[in-house]
Amino acid sequence: MRSPRPSSGVADLESDSRSDTDEQRRERIAPGAGASSPTATATAAAAATSAAVEPQAGLGVRLEQLRAFYGDLEAVSGIDLDFRANEVTAIIGPSGCGKSTLIRCINRMHEEIPGARAQGRVMLDDLDVYSPSVDVVAVRRAIGMVFQKPNPFPTMSIFNNVAAGLRLSSGRRGDLRPKVEAALRSAGLWDEVSERLDEPGAGLSGGQQQRLCIARSLAVDPEVILMDEPCSALDPIATLKIEELIDRLKARVTIVIVTHNMQQAARVADRTAFMLDGRLIEVGPTHEIFTRPADPRTEEYVTGKFG
Amino acid sequence: MNAGRASGDRLERFAVTPARKRRDSTARAVMLGATIIALIPLVLIVYYLLRKGLGSWSSSFFTTDPTGNTFFKSSSIGGIKSAILGTIEIVALASAMAIPVGLGVAVWLVEYGKDSRLAQAVRFFVDVLTGVPSILFGLFIYIVLIVGTGSSYAGYKGSLALALLMLPVVTRATEVILQLVPGALREAALALGAPRWRVILRVVLPTALPGMITGVLLAVARAAGETAPLLFTAAATLKTNFNLGQFMNSLPVQIYSDVTSPTTAVVNRAWGAALALVAMILLLNVIARLISRRSRLA
Repeated sequence: MRSPRPSSGVADLESDSRSDTDEQRRERIAPGAGASSPTATATAAAAATSAAVEPQAGLGVRLEQLRAFYGDLEAVSGIDLDFRANEVTAIIGPSGCGKSTLIRCINRMHEEIPGARAQGRVMLDDLDVYSPSVDVVAVRRAIGMVFQKPNPFPTMSIFNNVAAGLRLSSGRRGDLRPKVEAALRSAGLWDEVSERLDEPGAGLSGGQQQRLCIARSLAVDPEVILMDEPCSALDPIATLKIEELIDRLKARVTIVIVTHNMQQAARVADRTAFMLDGRLIEVGPTHEIFTRPADPRTEEYVTGKFG
Repeated sequence: MNAGRASGDRLERFAVTPARKRRDSTARAVMLGATIIALIPLVLIVYYLLRKGLGSWSSSFFTTDPTGNTFFKSSSIGGIKSAILGTIEIVALASAMAIPVGLGVAVWLVEYGKDSRLAQAVRFFVDVLTGVPSILFGLFIYIVLIVGTGSSYAGYKGSLALALLMLPVVTRATEVILQLVPGALREAALALGAPRWRVILRVVLPTALPGMITGVLLAVARAAGETAPLLFTAAATLKTNFNLGQFMNSLPVQIYSDVTSPTTAVVNRAWGAALALVAMILLLNVIARLISRRSRLA
């Protein structure tokens, strides 16, 4: 069955030029689970409309009553939160409030820690990534992640680090050069490394390594990228470059960024969510969170009274 | 003036007292003494090995088998060719058995078992096995494969005994190295959508490879020097033998039997064989060190 598409020729052209249709994407994550439900077609239509605006739309993520545990300790207690497609959402809050745990639940990395588990639903578009028919490996292909400390693979060259994204996830061989170049260009690193693709990735500066890691996750064509304090180990100039990159990337992917740096949230995020003790206190457009917060605790935090 | 005296007092507070100086030099002397005491037997061993061993080395020493003629002074007692080749064959077969299994156990422990009860039990038994005297492995094979089956000594039975000895060493050494691989690398690969087996094969093992080779070579070197597990599994023989199903000579066993001989020439052959064995193990150690220098793990 075909989803109803808007009759505008532009939209059809745009969505055809993309490598995958939305149904194919869903198929990749959960074979046979997606396209049959009526809501699936409705959201597919919505995604197709937004595709007319953004040639490479990301997918929205919605958390429904998400709870996360480490053994008996509850780190995230019942959060409902919407990450809109092709927007940058920042999560701020004091240390230990569950920000990192929250985003690690989105691509199911949380469960890699022994004793850790999550409850509730994480909807990628209209698909619950925790549903039993979903392959966790496919979820992580669709939802990339950039970590606090740049972590290029030490045994691999710059080229192979980016190619690793493709080789590790799909075991793909053959000519990966165009894909690697495209990913490095998107990460704004191509001009700096094109002459030395065979040198070890660990030989780059910290900021370059972090952009290499971003290129690595872009290479597998994710719809969402999660960033866990991506600039906390970088100097201000490298930070600025990453922030510019985030701004460019949101045309292509949905971005969720955890940050301790409130200026950074104010600079890069369209919307900001404030967390405290595992709960969501407030979420809204970034300038409102920083200028007219509804909750007094948010105001105290963004004005530096605690945290 | 006041200020000057105050700063003088302060300097006095920071001055080195004679008592502290004395304690410092005493402690240094004690530790230096311990180091020297530890070095004395090592130096003596190497000195006697070289002095006595080098004398019996000649080209025919490495190219002829022992003849067993030790009664008449006129006849040649032969060299240690069968022992060197036997050691290489037995240890190679033992390595072929122990290394893959040991690696598998280590990968399972680090990547899958983690802190589960079974993994903890496995770790405990690996530790126990590491401490088992080597002669027990020989006894075990002797009882099971020689007394148990009513058959005789054979090279492969010696290999089995050595493999049992190597298994816990290989497992422990590679497990430690695998644990050194930063968890961040595994997370990075998993977050790219890599299945766990590919994370292990493409990221964890290549990162750990130099360290694992070092650990494995040290285990091989340890096995190459063992006498006890071979005494009543592979036995001693004279002829060079490429059939692991038959009696097989080896350096440690040859040294053991030669050194008890009343004939001076045969005892000297034991020294020569010992020097050859030490040289082989030293070579393995040097290779292991060179490889570990290339390690990417701190």
